Amino acid sequence: MKLLLEHAHVEGIRYYDAYRKHGGYRSVEKALKMSPDEITEEVKKSGLRGRGGAGFPTGMKWSFLAKPEGVPRHLVCNADESEPGTFKDRYLMEFIPHLLVEGLIVSSYALGSNLTFIYIRGEYAWIVDILEQAIAEAKSNGWLGKNIAGSGFDCEIYVQRGAGAYICGEETALLESLEGKRGNPRIKPPFPAVKGLWGRPTVVNNVETLAAVVPIINMGGEEYAKIGVGRSTGTKLMSACGNINKPGVYEIDMTISVEEFIFSDQYCGGIPKGKRLKACIPGGSSVPILPANLLLKTAKGETRYMNYESLSDGGFQTGSMLGSGGFIVFDEDQCVVRHTMSLAHFYMHESCGQCSPCREGTGWMYRILKNIEYGKGKMSDIELLWDIQGKIEGNTICPLGDAAAWPVAAAIRHFRDEFEWHVLNPEESQTRNYGLAHYADPVYVPAVS
Amino acid sequence: MIQFSEEKLNKVKEIIARYPEGKQKSALIPVLHVAQEEFGGWLDVPVMDYVAELLSLKPIEVYEVATFYTMFNMKPVGKYVLEVCQTGPCMLNGSDDIINYIKEKLSIQVGETTADGLFTLKPAECLGACGYAPMMQLGKTFREFLTKEKIDQIIDELRAAAKN
Repeated sequence: MKLLLEHAHVEGIRYYDAYRKHGGYRSVEKALKMSPDEITEEVKKSGLRGRGGAGFPTGMKWSFLAKPEGVPRHLVCNADESEPGTFKDRYLMEFIPHLLVEGLIVSSYALGSNLTFIYIRGEYAWIVDILEQAIAEAKSNGWLGKNIAGSGFDCEIYVQRGAGAYICGEETALLESLEGKRGNPRIKPPFPAVKGLWGRPTVVNNVETLAAVVPIINMGGEEYAKIGVGRSTGTKLMSACGNINKPGVYEIDMTISVEEFIFSDQYCGGIPKGKRLKACIPGGSSVPILPANLLLKTAKGETRYMNYESLSDGGFQTGSMLGSGGFIVFDEDQCVVRHTMSLAHFYMHESCGQCSPCREGTGWMYRILKNIEYGKGKMSDIELLWDIQGKIEGNTICPLGDAAAWPVAAAIRHFRDEFEWHVLNPEESQTRNYGLAHYADPVYVPAVS
Repeated sequence: MIQFSEEKLNKVKEIIARYPEGKQKSALIPVLHVAQEEFGGWLDVPVMDYVAELLSLKPIEVYEVATFYTMFNMKPVGKYVLEVCQTGPCMLNGSDDIINYIKEKLSIQVGETTADGLFTLKPAECLGACGYAPMMQLGKTFREFLTKEKIDQIIDELRAAAKN
């Protein structure tokens, strides 16, 4: 089932004419005949959950927006996609930019934003040009500007380029950055819905979330909610990478199993060179890594599916999260210690430095992991790592602290034997990897011996 | 004397006009991008002071922002900056080998610039191209699915471009 990428491969879909010919901007025509509250109601009915990672119900987020008399409100699109493993928003913006522009117009109307921004990560420089081109085309065809299609609604959209800071994907850091400041997250409350951009009520939504508003308005919230399963409604973009045959972006309805996603030719196409599956981070680098046996089946032995509920079944003890949909696959040759060290370096580099548990803790974790990886670790280092991560989690202004702590915690929780092996075999661990051990997948035996 | 060209000045005016009256500080990051592009790929103090004056900000407001964001270079860089991603998913696909190969080929360490001033090797954190790893950023573009052969090609191509 494809709702977002259905036309992504149509020739010329990046440009207005082809996009319009394939049903583009119909949702704007429909929305402008509805009241803003009716649109919010449809989004609520759809069950759409934020696609940036947190999975918060979008309609509910919209309904929190304060509407004091005489104060302008803003919609800001979060295109600061920076979570390692995640590149779905890039794909959407690069290949079908008008879908985002269309979603932004409908959402701006629903929220009463006459001035809307797309905050995009600075490295996606060429996508800025693609988006600005799409916005200019939308404007020259009367979908932006003053009195859109005679509705009396005015709207302008601008693209704001960031400059290389993972933290600016956190919504309050993003707003600080958009105000021309360092990306230091704000203390909440007040939430952006009350005090956001320039102190005005603001909604910040992810690219994919806002694009999903288009099919929701076209088909109606109730129909949209019929796709998927339980509270995982609609479709989700997954960006698959790591050791798989077919890395890329896939739109899934959330009823397929993890096994199907990894091994079927329709999606990741299995693991190269007949190697075996060792582990996977299913929802962006911040979510817990799972060994193959817990990835394909839950601790209860049930099939695990690609949706919010199933991936988090078992909590952090035996489950993970769907997160941003950044799906990173590890084959049998990968070293979990080395990978965890790499992620720890990432979080150390990206910590804004505002809260000491995160500023100091991320560097401390990196240095310990580096010692273990390079054969200089002690057994007590593993306990120390566990202790540090636990003291970062929950003790910072924004979730970057948690995001840095979780991968370390999960790696120790599930792969402690691999850490211990590094400590006990400082020389051997420099020349070979630990391998699969007991967490190999029980289902797929290598085809070649 | 540091001064934007007429064209860039118009661009700056256009950026400032996006924001409500009195909120021109929001233009800071976009204008710093323009400045870095215009003045040699990095932000020297006089350049930041010039930006501060343009936007009616105190110089410190510009320095504290410029130093926060990794895309702004605080010291001179080569004509071409090879920013190789080294984060998890790229590492799974051999980014370490790519970085080592560039170090060897250009005889520079990470963070250094070649003696001819052409190339700087700058390691980068996740650039959002995990499915097309290993990869690097080169100016406004991404170069993906890197191999040693591709690195050879890219460097030859850039050396040729620099001569013209």
